Amino acid sequence: MKKKTVTQKQFSADHIRYLKKLRGRTAVVWTLGLGILAAALLLWQILADTGAIDVFIGSSPKRIAATIVDLVRNDNLFYHIGITLYETIVGFLIAVALGTLIALLLWWSEIARRVCEPYLIVLNALPKIALGPIIIVWCGSGSKSIILMAVLIGIIVTVINMLNGFLAADKDKILLLRSMGATKFQILRKLVLPGSVKTFIGTLKIDVGMAWIGSVMGEYMTSKAGIGYLIVYGGQVFKLDLVMAATAVLCVLATMMYLGVALLEKLLVKNRS
Amino acid sequence: MRETLLELKDVALTYQTKTDEIQAVKNLSFSLKEGEFISVIGPSGCGKTTILSLIAGLMRPTRGTIKVAKGNAHFGYMLQKDQLFPWRTIEKNIFLPLEIMKKFDKAHIAYAEELLKKYGLYEFRKNYPSELSGGMRQRAALIRTLSFNPDILLLDEPFSALDYQTRLSVCNDVYRIIKDEGKSTILVTHDISEAISMSDTIIVLSKRPCTVKYVHEIPRGGDSPLKRREREDFHKWFELLWKELNE
Repeated sequence: MKKKTVTQKQFSADHIRYLKKLRGRTAVVWTLGLGILAAALLLWQILADTGAIDVFIGSSPKRIAATIVDLVRNDNLFYHIGITLYETIVGFLIAVALGTLIALLLWWSEIARRVCEPYLIVLNALPKIALGPIIIVWCGSGSKSIILMAVLIGIIVTVINMLNGFLAADKDKILLLRSMGATKFQILRKLVLPGSVKTFIGTLKIDVGMAWIGSVMGEYMTSKAGIGYLIVYGGQVFKLDLVMAATAVLCVLATMMYLGVALLEKLLVKNRS
Repeated sequence: MRETLLELKDVALTYQTKTDEIQAVKNLSFSLKEGEFISVIGPSGCGKTTILSLIAGLMRPTRGTIKVAKGNAHFGYMLQKDQLFPWRTIEKNIFLPLEIMKKFDKAHIAYAEELLKKYGLYEFRKNYPSELSGGMRQRAALIRTLSFNPDILLLDEPFSALDYQTRLSVCNDVYRIIKDEGKSTILVTHDISEAISMSDTIIVLSKRPCTVKYVHEIPRGGDSPLKRREREDFHKWFELLWKELNE
């Protein structure tokens, strides 16, 4: 049995060796991971310097770094980051909230579930980008359309995932609650919702990615600012330095948002084995 | 004369499925007296669990009546696995029926805590189920079942998920607690020795559609389940029941 309070224990020499081995392995993984990145950047730079790569098409780490610095100084990079972050986060939140709510309603009513199923299948299969022209005509060019695109891409996955999570609630536990005279609402509150935390976190992780796809794709369609705009603009004027610099910024932003969700998971999933 | 708590009379249940109409139970009649421990055994798939669902009111019989002496008596339902909620501490798990039944008040909480103390789980009340052994979890499940002071306990193979060693001791443990609290019990099991070791009365069911085939009063003279297994007549009962089950 596990005790909660960990008493200070005298470890044996074997155990200390074991811990050292574990730490050693982690160090190897990190060194290799970062090493590959550094080596790739270095190789890229060397190939660019020697002329093996045409920097006009292939850019180089140095040029990308310089472009980022230049963007910060002259083009207000943080303004573009702000726009894209705003669109992504709002799209993400709406997709998660609305998607979960719809999943709840579908969990509640079997009829609604059966009625909606074919619609969900079609909407899930449909490439949402195909709706681009319609969205622009209806919502105009700008943030509204971009957010709508992010919502559309995220919401269907959210509904399907969360609904499956809700429906997976243990049948025997439902039976137990019913034997206590529980109402459907009580079953929802005491079992289905707390039992779906893991599914919810999983869905959030997927939705972070979906929201980025939505916002960047939305900016490709119609925008005057944002990271996606910088990428498209860079492509149009053949400034690959700009395209790659903006992509690098995007990598950092998306990772940070994912880490945020991972942090939330740590806070929520304590003791839920 | 002990009072009759529960009476089933000519109960029948027919399931409807798309392709078929299945008669699961027919002409089922028996009664449970106060303080009595009944085991129901039968060939697998004969609908033992269905009977408990009918008694607990989770299903309505197609025909017949199920009469409960105390008007709307409460049933404590215990299942094969402990079904403790992993995200709740032991204490919170045991309070669950109180929350559901809107009995989450001082008197009921005190009673539940009393049970925790009495049966050795009080110091683990802040632990999560995953931190307890299988036997202790099953005991916690029983205390959860008792926490709202039900009149009748319905046990659906509550030991079959445990390994043999644990099973014998938990069986003993649960029996003692049930007798201490003076509960009337219906146990559904496929384990003949378990039935002999725990019950006052054994009901043998037929194949589907299930109905009562035999009823046996088991003389036990206050022995614990483990003691009961050592008695001379244990094997005699076992053979008889085995024969009746396989007829």
